[in-house]
Amino acid sequence: MKILVGYKRVVDFNVRIQVKPDGSGVVTDGVKLSANPFDDIALEEALRLREKGVAEEVVVVTIGPADAQAHIRNGLAMGANRAIHVVTTDAIQPLTAARVLQKVVEKEQPGIVLLGKQAIDDDCNQTGQMLAALWDRPQATFASKVEVNGNAARVTREVDAGLETIEVDLPAVITTDLRLNEPRFIKLPDIMKAKSKPIETLQLADLGVESGDHLKTTHYAPPARRSKGVMVKDVAELVSALKTKGLVR
Amino acid sequence: MSKILIVAEHLDGKLNASTARCVTCAKQVGADAIDVLVLAADPAGVAAEAANINDVSKVLAVARPENAHALAAVCAPQIAAAAKNGGYTHVLAPSTTFGKDVLPRAAALLGVAQVSDISSVEGAHTFKRPIYAGNAIVTVEAPANELLVGTVRTASYAAAGAGGNAPVEALALDVALPTHTRFVELSSGKSDRPDLQGASKVVSGGRALGSADAFKIIYDLADKLGAAVGASRAAVDAGYVPSDLQVGQTGKIIAPELYIAIGISGAIQHLTGIKDAGTIVAINKDAEAPIFEIADYGLVGDLFQIVPELTAAV
Repeated sequence: MKILVGYKRVVDFNVRIQVKPDGSGVVTDGVKLSANPFDDIALEEALRLREKGVAEEVVVVTIGPADAQAHIRNGLAMGANRAIHVVTTDAIQPLTAARVLQKVVEKEQPGIVLLGKQAIDDDCNQTGQMLAALWDRPQATFASKVEVNGNAARVTREVDAGLETIEVDLPAVITTDLRLNEPRFIKLPDIMKAKSKPIETLQLADLGVESGDHLKTTHYAPPARRSKGVMVKDVAELVSALKTKGLVR
Repeated sequence: MSKILIVAEHLDGKLNASTARCVTCAKQVGADAIDVLVLAADPAGVAAEAANINDVSKVLAVARPENAHALAAVCAPQIAAAAKNGGYTHVLAPSTTFGKDVLPRAAALLGVAQVSDISSVEGAHTFKRPIYAGNAIVTVEAPANELLVGTVRTASYAAAGAGGNAPVEALALDVALPTHTRFVELSSGKSDRPDLQGASKVVSGGRALGSADAFKIIYDLADKLGAAVGASRAAVDAGYVPSDLQVGQTGKIIAPELYIAIGISGAIQHLTGIKDAGTIVAINKDAEAPIFEIADYGLVGDLFQIVPELTAAV
């Protein structure tokens, strides 16, 4: 079986995001870029399934600008067999990403597509679900445990009510939650090895996907700040303040 | 004018309060009609609850055995069909794990984009939503000539009141449903405590608690206050509490009247989950912890001493 992994590059989760003063976007010049943390978890899960003998090949897919090659090499260094780079300078929205992935899926015929549940830049949480719909295949979102048995997978999902387990026939789309696994660190020899792994480059325009922004982002603003409150010296002062506000009796 | 369809969230025959929050959001869109779609094996009870929400025009109840569990692959084609057949301009669902799972699938079936986590309605097709863990708020415009599909950030909207009396109509949808996805089980920490997403008071613990056993002092305080219990990602990752207690960017977004953060340093990913809380109290031994930057009341000290003292005092 082949596993396809979505591998998006985003602003690193440690970067403090600044909105540009004119409201036209957020500052991305010179900020550190990294793999979307949920995609690292997706790749790790794919590698573990390969190590267990469930899959033979792990292919990472990145949709992004030409300079995303270093990012893709990281995915290969982590252990993916090869990569597909769909090149575009546009900021890709989830529906377009799903349509692009659908084209790749048609060509690669994977048994599982593993994606992060959301990207930590746009926080949309849509692409996996949309791909599953377009592909007319099952989806198991927010996975915290994946067990593959023959032609089906049993997936435990982190839902608001607790942990839900579902069974899906393969092929299927699985999106990862935080506690599925802890991604491995990349070792230096693997970085060297990754240099000889193949990256297939495709132009988004050549895939026959209707691109273009479905939603127009017209303005960016910093969030309303909560003002800093007061420090209390002890429990008595805290309780008194909460009583005054009617929050405790 | 707008005709809005809200997808009801329910479990074990009970309507989730997130549905009434979606109604409040829908009212701000300026709708001629706000209908609620209930997909269930036996929708009668849930439909009656939905009919009781103020400003609901009618409830559409779809009774099919396949709807015994809310599987996205089963719900989405029914939502898409109901939206198309009914001539709706908007389809909304709560931005809970239910809505996040099912609605993008319905949007893709309908061939339209989705606006996730609507936090403010600026116009019938213009909305605000948070990105980058709430570090930026964007205004997005959807095409006015297309069906608008969106999830509602429930913490941004109070629940619409009860007392309505909308008609309930049985809806038959001629849609083939897949069998490739099957429910196995749901394990939830059964608890008499209030639901984290709807609670007016929440007590949360962080990594500083140090163990699952130590979390008892958090539960004790919560029970004394009649509060729900939450946790930071660090506490969940460490295995102190189950994952459904996680508050933050990738967990639950909440807006209680009172939020007490105990031993939580206040990573930005956590803060985005609580910024709409009425009053925030922070208890932490590190006076420099970022949580104090947004807390209304801060108390520096040893939580193992302060929390039992606070429990005794309230």
